Amino acid sequence: MLKLSSSRLVSLGCLGENGVVVRRVSENPAYAQVCRRQEYFLVRDHLSEVPEGFAGYLFFEKPSHSVPAVSYLLEPSLSYLSNGDIVKINASQGSLRTLYRRNSRHNSVLVTERCNNYCLMCSQPPRDINDCHLVDELLQAIPLMSRETVSVVITGGEPTLLGDRLLELLNAFRCYLPDTAVHVLSNGRNFRNFDYAEAIGRVQHPDLMIGIPLYSDISSKHDYVVQADGAFDDTIRGIINLKTAGVKVEIRVVLHNLTYARLSELARFIRRNLTFCDHVALMGLEITGFTRSNLEKLWIDPKDYQPQLRDAVAILDGAKMDVSIYNHQLCVLDHSLHRFSRNSISDWKNEFIGECNGCTRKRECGGFFSSAKVRYSAHITPFHDE
Amino acid sequence: MASVFKDEAFFLPAEHTYSLLPFRFIRLDSDRYVAVNEVGESRVLLRHELELFVKKRLPQTSSLYFALKASHFVEDNDSDIAPDLLTLKVRSKRARIARFTSLHMFVVTLRCNHSCRYCQVSRQSEDRSAYDMTEATADKALDFTFRSPAPAIKIEFQGGEPLLNFDLIKYIVLAAEGRNTVEKRDLVFVIATNLSFLTDEILNFCRDHAILISTSLDGPEDLHNANRPKPGNDSYQVTIDGIRRAREALGVDQVSALMTTTKASLLRVTEIVDEYVKQGFKGIFLRNLSPYGFAIKTRYFNAYDSDNWLNFYRRGLDYILELNQQGCAFTEFYTATILQKMLTPYETGFVNLRSPAGIGIAGIIFNYNGEVYPSDEARMKAEMGDKIFCMGNLTTESYEQMMLSSALLTPLEDSVAESVPMCEECAFLPYCGSDPDYHYATQQDFVGHKALSGFCKKKMGIFRYIIHKLEDNPEARQILESWVNW
Repeated sequence: MLKLSSSRLVSLGCLGENGVVVRRVSENPAYAQVCRRQEYFLVRDHLSEVPEGFAGYLFFEKPSHSVPAVSYLLEPSLSYLSNGDIVKINASQGSLRTLYRRNSRHNSVLVTERCNNYCLMCSQPPRDINDCHLVDELLQAIPLMSRETVSVVITGGEPTLLGDRLLELLNAFRCYLPDTAVHVLSNGRNFRNFDYAEAIGRVQHPDLMIGIPLYSDISSKHDYVVQADGAFDDTIRGIINLKTAGVKVEIRVVLHNLTYARLSELARFIRRNLTFCDHVALMGLEITGFTRSNLEKLWIDPKDYQPQLRDAVAILDGAKMDVSIYNHQLCVLDHSLHRFSRNSISDWKNEFIGECNGCTRKRECGGFFSSAKVRYSAHITPFHDE
Repeated sequence: MASVFKDEAFFLPAEHTYSLLPFRFIRLDSDRYVAVNEVGESRVLLRHELELFVKKRLPQTSSLYFALKASHFVEDNDSDIAPDLLTLKVRSKRARIARFTSLHMFVVTLRCNHSCRYCQVSRQSEDRSAYDMTEATADKALDFTFRSPAPAIKIEFQGGEPLLNFDLIKYIVLAAEGRNTVEKRDLVFVIATNLSFLTDEILNFCRDHAILISTSLDGPEDLHNANRPKPGNDSYQVTIDGIRRAREALGVDQVSALMTTTKASLLRVTEIVDEYVKQGFKGIFLRNLSPYGFAIKTRYFNAYDSDNWLNFYRRGLDYILELNQQGCAFTEFYTATILQKMLTPYETGFVNLRSPAGIGIAGIIFNYNGEVYPSDEARMKAEMGDKIFCMGNLTTESYEQMMLSSALLTPLEDSVAESVPMCEECAFLPYCGSDPDYHYATQQDFVGHKALSGFCKKKMGIFRYIIHKLEDNPEARQILESWVNW
């Protein structure tokens, strides 16, 4: 698992930049002078002298020579940083966070930790704090991101709690990264307000999708999973409003012990009532955050819900809906489901375990969340294809 | 420490607080009922379940309650989303009405080389001037066609045998394509032909203009030739050769066939299905004989009643399901259409499986002489001498005059099944439709008494049979679901 943040940043120079700065990093010592003034140079090797003119310098080893005024020593775990990545540095706190990795297919940006649901399996337990600065930082980072970025995920917390600031963010993505797909993970509840859904539509982002979880066809069961009374109605209204406003919607179902039993019924409900949605993602459980405290309530070996999963996929696929399975290891998936499996776990948290040694199909495999060590299927078996 | 999480019971609705949403029910068999809501979602219930349900004594954590709640038969104080979703589903089901007339049939000639017993309209004549449509009439028909707001327009060439007036087909196709460079509709052409006059020139033209071919195939050779006499008595061979040539020129999906059921067909449904399988078709439409024109005159229609036809249909469907179970994927298209109404949020384009009926507003027909009729059956009736459905003539009446004529509006208003006696309370209403042509032909009334209606009897029989299959036979259910066009 990649470490995206570090609190052991050591200032080497005589100056630190004030407050929080968002900078792009460069590895090009010959970078044009006019460009380098805004960037931090990544010092990989023992250079007798570092190229002049960068806004700051990031070292992985303590240099023997004198260093420019703005210089920091990084933990070795950050050595994945490379040209074009964007970091946020708070020198006074000695912290660094990687906001964006140019070579990753899985850039996700956390825009708030606040939430109006309290899901039993939340991987990012909400905190009721004022974290407006996250948007400010992101608005600085967006213009620095590569135009070639394939996709960005906006996550929380609940991004719609940002209100108009979410519109501001989406607009920034539309202006600076018009070719980048933007996926917002939301519980959809605030879109029960049609004006808000319509405002999202009016941003006219060319490639925007809102991913919204739906856990049951029965209101009380959905509300139980998300621990919020009335959430089901809000979420359904939100989905309808977004689609009415011309915004693409993905329905996301996390599969666990409280959702698998009525999965076929949920699939039938979706195809009868929400056929107009653009994608359905059926996802494995990530064992982190609240899931750990509720593990006994939530855990079911994925092998044991294959009949329900197979049925649900057949129902949705039969209705020509676009359906994908995320976060599942190929070896526990029913063979007929392999073609729906996507390798989607963010690269920084995807790992394999000892049982996978020698498996010939890791490349196609959904893999494991790094958190899966806590509990995983008893049926992991390597493939030995020719 | 108490958990910060609430348990499931906290989120349940208060017991016995549910209310019923609109639905209808009907007895299915000795101890079961089927309940159907306004948008066609259904549930089969035992009698005592139905009683508990309507008396609001169903436990609200039972799987039956969940099923009824998820398909919007009930609403409780935990959720008030049902009316929103029902509204949406009603709107989806009705969306086709607003799309308006899509199918435009052009009778380019009444002349034909066949003298089919069930045909209502064809003429054995060499007189082109008497029975062919003129270019001037075709132009006016195209004006009419493009007045329809429909985004998708299908132009179907009918007869008689339309290939006897192929020059006019060419003229219409080129003119329609010309207009469509500006109109930008999703434009499709079909020729309904017996294939006798197929030439390479015709096939090349069809290929160049993506024209579909629809032909008639009534079953095995002896049955087909008996139903469809022509000089030489070789209709079957001509048809089979024509299908092969058309497929080779245009592609297999571009050629379809329709069968007509006659008294002689009734005991031969498996042979008829086999013929379609043998000829490489992916399905069949088990049609019933329409009670119009020559068919009534020749007493053919009365030669078999609804029960006989239903037996034919049931045996046909059983046999087709059997074929599917044996690995031969094959569809009964009428069943597939009804399944679409039962299992999807969408409505079918089928003219008499809609309420209001699709007459004039889904399909319309331009007769060779410029007369406009709301359905093929209506112009057949006219050829028999009763022009009650005639909306006017292209040469004398405007689009507005014809579309607002009482010849169209009266039967159309009478076809709103929701306001028709016996239909309005029928559980199968969301699956059914209206057929003013049929009821006029059989009862001299656009509505008709449904207790005496063969249309009603056949439809009810089909719905019950399909629901039995879906409910009692998981293997059949799987096959039937695979037929649904989503």
